[in-house]
Amino acid sequence: MIGAEALFRMEGISKRYGGVRALEKAELVVEPGRIHAILGENGAGKSTLIKVMAGVVTPDEGRMVLKGDDVVFAGPAAAQKSGIACIFQELSLIPDLSVADNIVIADPPQRFGMIDRKAQRRLAEAALDRAGAADIHPAALVKDLPLSRRQVVEIAKALARQPQILILDEATSALTAADVAKVFQVLKRLRQDGMALLYISHRMNEIAELADTCTVFRNGRNVATYANGSKSNDEVVEMMIGREYHNVFPPKPPAAVSDRAPALACRDLSWAGRLKDISLSVAAGEVVGLGGLDGQGQRELLLAFFGVLSGLSGEILIDGKPVTLNSPAAAKRGEIGMALIPEDRKTEGLMLPMSVRDNLSFASLDLLSKASVIDSAAEQRRNEDMLDLLAIKTAGLDIPVGALSGGNQQKVVIAKWLMRRPRIILLNDPTRGIDVGTKQEIYALLRRLAADGAAILFYSTDYDELIGCCDRVLVLYDGAVKRELKGDEISEHALISSALNITGNGHSLREGAEA
Amino acid sequence: MKDWRYWLAEQRGTLVALAIFALMFTIYISNHPAGLTTNVAQTAANKGTLLALVAMAQTLVVITAGIDLSVGAILVLTNCIASMVVTGNAFETTLGVVFVLFVGALCGALNGLIVIYGRLQPIVATIGTGAIFFGIALILRPLPGGTVNETLADAMTGKVFGIVPASLLMLLAIVLVVWLPFCSSVIGRAAYAAGSSETAAYMSGMPIRRGKFAAYTLGGLLASIGGLFLTFFTYSGQASSATASTYTLLSIAAVVLGGVSLFGGRGSAIGAIFGAFAFRAIGDLMFVFDFDALWQPLFQGVILLLAVSIGALGLWRVRNRLEWFG
Repeated sequence: MIGAEALFRMEGISKRYGGVRALEKAELVVEPGRIHAILGENGAGKSTLIKVMAGVVTPDEGRMVLKGDDVVFAGPAAAQKSGIACIFQELSLIPDLSVADNIVIADPPQRFGMIDRKAQRRLAEAALDRAGAADIHPAALVKDLPLSRRQVVEIAKALARQPQILILDEATSALTAADVAKVFQVLKRLRQDGMALLYISHRMNEIAELADTCTVFRNGRNVATYANGSKSNDEVVEMMIGREYHNVFPPKPPAAVSDRAPALACRDLSWAGRLKDISLSVAAGEVVGLGGLDGQGQRELLLAFFGVLSGLSGEILIDGKPVTLNSPAAAKRGEIGMALIPEDRKTEGLMLPMSVRDNLSFASLDLLSKASVIDSAAEQRRNEDMLDLLAIKTAGLDIPVGALSGGNQQKVVIAKWLMRRPRIILLNDPTRGIDVGTKQEIYALLRRLAADGAAILFYSTDYDELIGCCDRVLVLYDGAVKRELKGDEISEHALISSALNITGNGHSLREGAEA
Repeated sequence: MKDWRYWLAEQRGTLVALAIFALMFTIYISNHPAGLTTNVAQTAANKGTLLALVAMAQTLVVITAGIDLSVGAILVLTNCIASMVVTGNAFETTLGVVFVLFVGALCGALNGLIVIYGRLQPIVATIGTGAIFFGIALILRPLPGGTVNETLADAMTGKVFGIVPASLLMLLAIVLVVWLPFCSSVIGRAAYAAGSSETAAYMSGMPIRRGKFAAYTLGGLLASIGGLFLTFFTYSGQASSATASTYTLLSIAAVVLGGVSLFGGRGSAIGAIFGAFAFRAIGDLMFVFDFDALWQPLFQGVILLLAVSIGALGLWRVRNRLEWFG
């Protein structure tokens, strides 16, 4: 099945991070003059695959063959020399340098050992032109450009290296429709010139328009490769899911109807073009999920509620009354009683070198102290209660929290906020990177807290969690709520198709797959 | 077409420093009893040049998002060494100068190696090496003393054609020979890139290590030129801890005043030179207005804070409060 004309081949590539297999015996064949789309859910191994190709990650096993020769990349520079240019999801531009500086950065034109600024300018203008962005000034600083323009500069930078293989990892995710159309013209022209392009995107309509070949990844493996257009959207979604389903979730109570004002709500909430007219409500006792692809505004929405963003328009309502929250300190106060379990426990959740005791108490020092002096007996009591409640495994309260396992660290972050007995709990992907056992305990805990009257808003990148834990799920796309799913409507099909924003009729899609 | 606007934006820090210097110096000269004579200019140039050299050294390191707290100690160490070896006939003097510069570059290179390969934070690494450099200076020169080739010293601190201060020409030469080649080379750009976003620089396959190493080494070299100048002014060497710590702190102040970002990635040594001269001019103002010299640190501190506050105004526009800490 491997054609003689294959430009680049990956065979049996595996990569582990700790106990997690990111890639397992993955295969990929790249041919010149074709656009090859890679599809898969969050965490299917696409990003790791790309990083291996670009020399950022060294695989544990497997071989890569470029034009018949085995290659090993020691770093990004080595992969670039071999003609593989990559445009990453996280931008690789230097903010304080100019557009021209950035475009030629890998190999600037030199004269007498100095960078030749005139030649640099010419190269940059040519590259910007090829990328369909002649309107960007080469002398502008990258940090002064809006995100969508930066992404075009990123493409120009890759083109300036005259690569044989160009990898675009979600390269259009920040682009406007007009920019996307321009980029597509560019990509089609490059294909004509005989370049091999790898295109990773969650936008199915883009793939349908652009790709020649598609490969679907699931659980670190390539599960299918097919010619574009030979499979229906239903079949593609089916291939992307196909996972085992563990029943680790506690039973959901029947939906209760209450005429009390929702504990947390917002109306027409917008912020800086990242949140668009979001209205939602979460009642006491309810677990509401936020779904959608990574980076569609879920994180910003939680930060907006928690008082971190300024310049919000729209209203936030607590118990039906509009409030203005200017800081996390204001959001956690007694009458509001909000808590946010952050995404990155290492930077936003914990002070790693400090003790478990200190970390547990940080958010509730006001409740634990009398006249600004911490009541250490009360602190000890409350801390021990928390260790019991969450079954945190630690050698003691005085050891540094950094010495605990990932799962137990996450429990400390949750416990730290539960010590305040919050009425409104926001969670930002709380189970990322922790083991199944701890996940299960967290799910049960969330349900218990809801039963005790907490209102829970829960963002997760794991579809199973949204299905298993949530009474309702709001799917976000491009900063707006695309779809609300209730009860039995919450299925993988519905979540994925609305997350990908394939069609407005997720209903017929689901029926088609079941037929 | 609008190229000059981008140029202006890029040079803003440097131009602000130039403006502050011009303002301070004009006030100073217009109130000076003698006015702008060649002698007044010479004195101002010599005092400014010494700080400017140390500030340039600091700039190189700060651009990589580091900081060099040993820069004052390198100045003092090379001052002590110069007072021993920069003497004798023309050949011996030349050898002595080369040796002093070599020692300075070596000190800088040591800082660079520790920061790059030891992965120590620059602030910690240079506090340590600074103490070592100063310790060596103390052993070499327990008491003030020594001598220097006076012909050379007078030539470097005097006037060329009776008008232009030689120290300014020297500074110009250093900008042309050290700074401009550095910032227009790949190495220099790697230093800027590493300071601006080390991850992005790595992902772009840039020579980050070489860039940082060159920045630290050239920083040491420039500090040792400062050490030579100090010797030319004083005709002697002295292991003075006050000199070391004063110049370290003033170099950081001059760098900030010169529009160099302490977060790295932005600024130029030329800005730092103007920053240094502006800082010196503020001190001289006290003198012409007959203020007690005791007021000088307080006054300099206020001016510095005012100048830096302008740069922090942008924080009021931040819409995600987490960026305050980023």
